[in-house]
Amino acid sequence: MTQTLSLNDPIKASEINPKFRLELSKIDGSEKILQCFQCGTCTSDCPIAKFSESYRPRQLIRMAQLGLKERVLKSETLWLCASCFTCTDRCPQDIEVASIIRVLRNLAAEKGIFPTVIREQANSILESGYAYKIPLLREKKRVQLDLPTLPKNDPEKIRIILKKTGIQNLLEKWENNFGE
Amino acid sequence: MENKYLIFLGCAVPYRVASYEISSRKILQKLGIKLIEMPEFNCCGLPLDMISHESMLTLSARNLVIAEQAGLNIITLCPGCAGTLKKVNKVLKENRTLKDKINNNLKETGLNFKASVETKHITQFLIEDVGVKKIEETIINPLSSLKVAEHIGCHLLRPKHFIDFDDPEDPKVLKTLIEATGAECLDYMNETECCGAPSVGVNDKVALKLAHDKFKNVKIAGAQALITSCPFCHVMFDTNELRIERVFSEKYGIPVLHYPQLLGLAMGITPEELGFKDLRVDASKILTQVIQGVK
Ligand code: SF4
Ligand code: SF4
Repeated sequence: MTQTLSLNDPIKASEINPKFRLELSKIDGSEKILQCFQCGTCTSDCPIAKFSESYRPRQLIRMAQLGLKERVLKSETLWLCASCFTCTDRCPQDIEVASIIRVLRNLAAEKGIFPTVIREQANSILESGYAYKIPLLREKKRVQLDLPTLPKNDPEKIRIILKKTGIQNLLEKWENNFGE
Repeated sequence: MENKYLIFLGCAVPYRVASYEISSRKILQKLGIKLIEMPEFNCCGLPLDMISHESMLTLSARNLVIAEQAGLNIITLCPGCAGTLKKVNKVLKENRTLKDKINNNLKETGLNFKASVETKHITQFLIEDVGVKKIEETIINPLSSLKVAEHIGCHLLRPKHFIDFDDPEDPKVLKTLIEATGAECLDYMNETECCGAPSVGVNDKVALKLAHDKFKNVKIAGAQALITSCPFCHVMFDTNELRIERVFSEKYGIPVLHYPQLLGLAMGITPEELGFKDLRVDASKILTQVIQGVK
């Protein structure tokens, strides 16, 4: 995640992918991208935009509409959305704004671009079934605290179902991009 | 279904928020609710939604199938888990093609999703299934001298068309439950705004600024404690309060309690039994006040 060109940087014609918005309009979650009329409600009500200098949901959507595919997918700010869904609840066009962000993130992930924290959680889920590996000490503490022991699960089953969704591939691509 | 529910702990609670689990189990027990441990559960799927929507749907559906096999509805402590399980149940129920696809992912492990169970967060369960009246009947130590503020958490309310609970712009449920304990629940600026937790690890500065804004407004309102119903919000506030005080050179001294801890106190359960010693921000001042009943 190195490139952080925003809409403010000059746009080169060669950068534009005119079919990107149509591609998005066919994906579950970003169907309504063409209906965004850039009113700015999402940005003005976004708690992250309020405290971040770079994160603006309206701008990301505009960039996607314009076909700045690479710029959007490589943008670090894409990962700042807190998924609070305020924008989704308030968009006057009934656009699932947070879902569009999610679709854009999924597309970036297909290129192996996503933050380290998410990589760690994904690895932990593959290894243990949980997003955070529960240390043995915690398990022992549960007994002391009189809490029921955690159920035994079989991480192999999780790996089998996640093989179908291709999570392992995304992690491999991440390693190629950012690994040692 | 009878008075028996599966408890879905999710990942964050067993990993680092024991006080929430301890106090929740205590109050549910007092209310006569029988909890069955959810067998073989896995992460609700939410963290993977960011990189793979299909993985989220699949992981979530697996949990739902396990509950279907047990024939019991689910109670969760984490609003993120509740929101995810609810949403996935609804989406797959309404979208046949997607449901077939997800079932195909689950097939090799012998599972098949049917959409036959309901999921509720403990807050929703308390208001809808237990009811304020029954809760009030269990109060033996009304917290009438206490003024608090609430932070309900985004995923308990949004997106509205999936969650369909309370009013996301003016939430009242947690307030109502707080007032059932006798405490007063104060309004404050930007009450429904995000705690900042989702930005931790991506942009810690933004995360801290959000939490700082919360403390600032809660303090202006004059609250003696902040009441949460989400493990992530709780960790965000409780573990960062001292740091925020340092970074922004301000002083709050506002303890952050899980709602079940507050209710537990009003039910006459001791602070020890409610996991108070796990809290980072000292709550002894309000404990002395409510336990002796003096202002
Ligand atoms: S609120 Fe909706 S219509 Fe307005 S800019 Fe945001 S996405 Fe577009
Ligand atoms: S869901 Fe994301 S973009 Fe929308 S308001 Fe919340 S943080 Fe901002």
